[in-house]
Amino acid sequence: MDANYSLMAIEIATALLAIGVLIIGLLVPKEQRYGLGYLVTIGLTGIFFLTFAFYGTNTKLFGGMYIVDDFSIFFKQIFLAAGILVTLAATLYVKKIGANYGEFFVMMVFATLGMMVLSSAGDFITLYLGLETMTITFYILAGFKKGDSKSAEAGVKYLILGAMSSAVLLYGLSLIYGMTGTVIVQDVAALITAGGGMQPALIVGLVFLVAGFGFKISAVPFQMWSPDVYEGAPTPVTAFLAVGSKAAAFAALIRFFLIAFPDYQAEWKVLFAALAALTIIVGNLVAIPQTNIKRMLAYSSIAQAGYIMTGVVAADAAGIKGVAFYLMLYVFATVGAFTVVMNFSSNTGSDEIKDYAGLAQRSPLMAAVLLVCLLSMAGIPPLAGFAGKIFLFSSIVSQGYLWLVIVGLVMSMASVYYYLSVAKVMYMADPTDNTPIVVPVGAKATLLLTMGITVFLGVYPEPLSVLATIASKALFMIN
Amino acid sequence: MDFPILSVILLSPILGALISVFIPKEESKIVKSVAGITTFISLALTVIVYYLYYTQHLATGGMQFTEFIPWVSDLNVNYSLGVDGFSLPMLLLTNIIGFNAVFSRSWSVEKRGKEYYILLLILITGVMGTFVARDLFIFFLFYEVVVIPIYIMVIIWGSGSKTKAVTKEYAGMKLTIFLLIGSAFLLAAMIWMYMEAKGLRGGAATFDIAELAMVKFSERFQIIAFGMMAFGFTTLLSMFPFHSWSPDGYAGAPTSVSMIHAGVLKKIGGYGLIRVGLFVLPMGAIAWAPVIAILAVANVVYAALICLAQKDMKYVVGYSSVSHMGFVLIGVATLNLIGLNGAVANMFAHGVMSALFFSMVGYIYAATKSRYIPDLGGLAHQMPVAATGFVIAALASAGLPGLVSFVPEFTTFIGAFKTSSQLIHVLAIIALTGVVLGAVYVLRMVANVLFGPRKEEWDHVKDIHGSYWIPVVSLIFIIVLFGVFPSLLMDMVNSGIEPIAAKFIQAATQIGGNI
Repeated sequence: MDANYSLMAIEIATALLAIGVLIIGLLVPKEQRYGLGYLVTIGLTGIFFLTFAFYGTNTKLFGGMYIVDDFSIFFKQIFLAAGILVTLAATLYVKKIGANYGEFFVMMVFATLGMMVLSSAGDFITLYLGLETMTITFYILAGFKKGDSKSAEAGVKYLILGAMSSAVLLYGLSLIYGMTGTVIVQDVAALITAGGGMQPALIVGLVFLVAGFGFKISAVPFQMWSPDVYEGAPTPVTAFLAVGSKAAAFAALIRFFLIAFPDYQAEWKVLFAALAALTIIVGNLVAIPQTNIKRMLAYSSIAQAGYIMTGVVAADAAGIKGVAFYLMLYVFATVGAFTVVMNFSSNTGSDEIKDYAGLAQRSPLMAAVLLVCLLSMAGIPPLAGFAGKIFLFSSIVSQGYLWLVIVGLVMSMASVYYYLSVAKVMYMADPTDNTPIVVPVGAKATLLLTMGITVFLGVYPEPLSVLATIASKALFMIN
Repeated sequence: MDFPILSVILLSPILGALISVFIPKEESKIVKSVAGITTFISLALTVIVYYLYYTQHLATGGMQFTEFIPWVSDLNVNYSLGVDGFSLPMLLLTNIIGFNAVFSRSWSVEKRGKEYYILLLILITGVMGTFVARDLFIFFLFYEVVVIPIYIMVIIWGSGSKTKAVTKEYAGMKLTIFLLIGSAFLLAAMIWMYMEAKGLRGGAATFDIAELAMVKFSERFQIIAFGMMAFGFTTLLSMFPFHSWSPDGYAGAPTSVSMIHAGVLKKIGGYGLIRVGLFVLPMGAIAWAPVIAILAVANVVYAALICLAQKDMKYVVGYSSVSHMGFVLIGVATLNLIGLNGAVANMFAHGVMSALFFSMVGYIYAATKSRYIPDLGGLAHQMPVAATGFVIAALASAGLPGLVSFVPEFTTFIGAFKTSSQLIHVLAIIALTGVVLGAVYVLRMVANVLFGPRKEEWDHVKDIHGSYWIPVVSLIFIIVLFGVFPSLLMDMVNSGIEPIAAKFIQAATQIGGNI
């Protein structure tokens, strides 16, 4: 059993960053803690560049418990990119919350650590460890606005429903362990075959796994929690939750289903295809009547999960590449949109879409970023979402899922309806209040980065596409 | 060709948009000049390309002035441009209309003028891109790029209707959603075709239209895929029953958007249908042709009848464009060289003529603040120049010999009677009534708007002045030029359509039928 801890340098550095910032936060007087947010951003950026050194590693640690491969590295970059952008944008918003400024950012780093462990998990125990590290920090973060009843509601709701879904997941894992006698993901497949194929108990376990992961990625019909939590949680947390938690759950889900149950693809592919179609349809249709922008984005992010699931349905390198590619660009579109929401509400105190009237005149940058991000989610070229959808849908079209492609594309065009309704309010209506909206430096950097990258990846998807291909191939290589 | 002339044509308006971003927003006159200059550069270069192709490449045909830059390697998407006898008239049309759209008067563009011209330039570039793309991916990308600017332009600078409860927000959203839902099917068919071709070519993926056309797709695949594509393209071409966005959208849009939309954007539907649908999936086209022909006749007759009942000038022109698209579709449904030539030439003719029509209607609307026909009347007294433009557009719309649309319509019908299909013969005869109705509704509008007793209330309005002369003069020039020398257009179109028509003779022998 090898224990080359240097292979875990990314996780170790992240943990050290979190603990370091926590301690520094205690040493610095309260009114001088505002630099901590930037310190976290710089730290995460450093770790982000460190990750590039790990491409091509592709090894297992501790007898398969922990996997460091290009697939997990790519996902770690997704989490880090989200973390960097959110912490950069959040400083003003968190300052307005008032209390525990430093701890907020520490929690963000811990959540990132949990996601990293999740994406590298090679056995059930590590998976659960990563999942709980991530979700427990999110319980705290969601209820971070102590005086705000909506935020408290979000925290408690996420706690109760999250705990329940963890229980379901855990029960599913225990069934699979009971039937196969192993916790190592990649041994499961062989042991199922040796044990005489798919037993009823295993099928129940499989269904429980779908339900447990379905909750984390907020797939219909396990999506009920997400609009309430997204609306109530502090906006930077919502952004991070929407992006990071979803991506991490996808990473684990892909590794579990593709590696542990490759011989039963026919069964679970149909299940995922149905869930994907349902998620796309419900997410997009329910988003239409929303009047609160955070709820609207919550439903749109449910729909996005549906698109991403089509890549899981493909269950091959092309599909996983689509998932990886889409999740990365989803980071930029989502964080960009939520940064606008965040900055708008710290200036005006409102999250209602009708209050966005005349935003184009009050802050052209914010209006442009929101438009670009929303249209990228809808998959309008030349923005990144278009290339992402091409990758995703081309992976399933020749596997007999033409109907799913049509559902996906028609619904994504229908989604333009509610995205453009926001655009209409921003660009056409005259503002009721003409004061320009101030965008602080950090948030401005996030806005420009997200918009720039979304446009760049749409016009020239090659670099990310190459990385995503490497990541998807690694998943199948390690076995 | 070493000089990337097509890229320069594409980039010129984009450059104009970029320059305009840095001009202060109070200076919308300067922005307008920038837009005028950059679109003129594109127009001039296109005329040069047209001339060179006409004089040098007409005999050989095929894609000329090609450019090729690899773009996304793992999808094998390439920035691959080129023009042939089919795309060049369309490109020329785009540039003529784009240039004239900049100088056409529109209601309320003075408000936020800078943003208006920037969006207009993006729109023009997007439309041009679709016509020069040889790569299906690039084609689709340019097409989708134009939808969002149109939406923003309609909701900010558009106008509601007096006769119908149609607001500009409604019109803009309806137009956008129709086009996007259509394009969803298009995109699905495109992705499917791409993957199917990849399988049939042994894993070598391609988006190149000419290469896709060489792949031997199964008949079943062709029929389904063509159905999906035809839905997307004919929605854009406003085929009955997917046409209802078009009159509302044109009526709601500001003048230059109506001009570009009715004039060229719609033609992307026809262009795509022929270039991708017919060329790549000929067996599918053969299966669907009767359906298209029946709906095309519904277009011609139904829309012409609705036109008779309209009291809003923009709706008359809007429905008339739906009616005219029926002729294009009949030409497409003939699936023979003459009919297709007629269809393509008809698209060009209708483009020029509807642009002039919308330009004049827009001018009158901006000057009188009314487009409600009963309010108007006798305007020839106050604005003789605008009236002249209006009348010429109306006569071209009615298909008067010597003007641009006569020969194309005539050719279409010859093509229709050349087919062996009894159904198409009958349908063509029904469609001929549309020509008569077409003359009735345009002449009635001309009579009610321009002629009759002088109305005092319009004495204050100014006739065409300043740069508003440009669209009147240049569009009338084009209408007469191509009307008197139709071979300038028809020879060009013929050289582009020949390889496509040849596919049908081949496909028909394959499935044992005849066309």
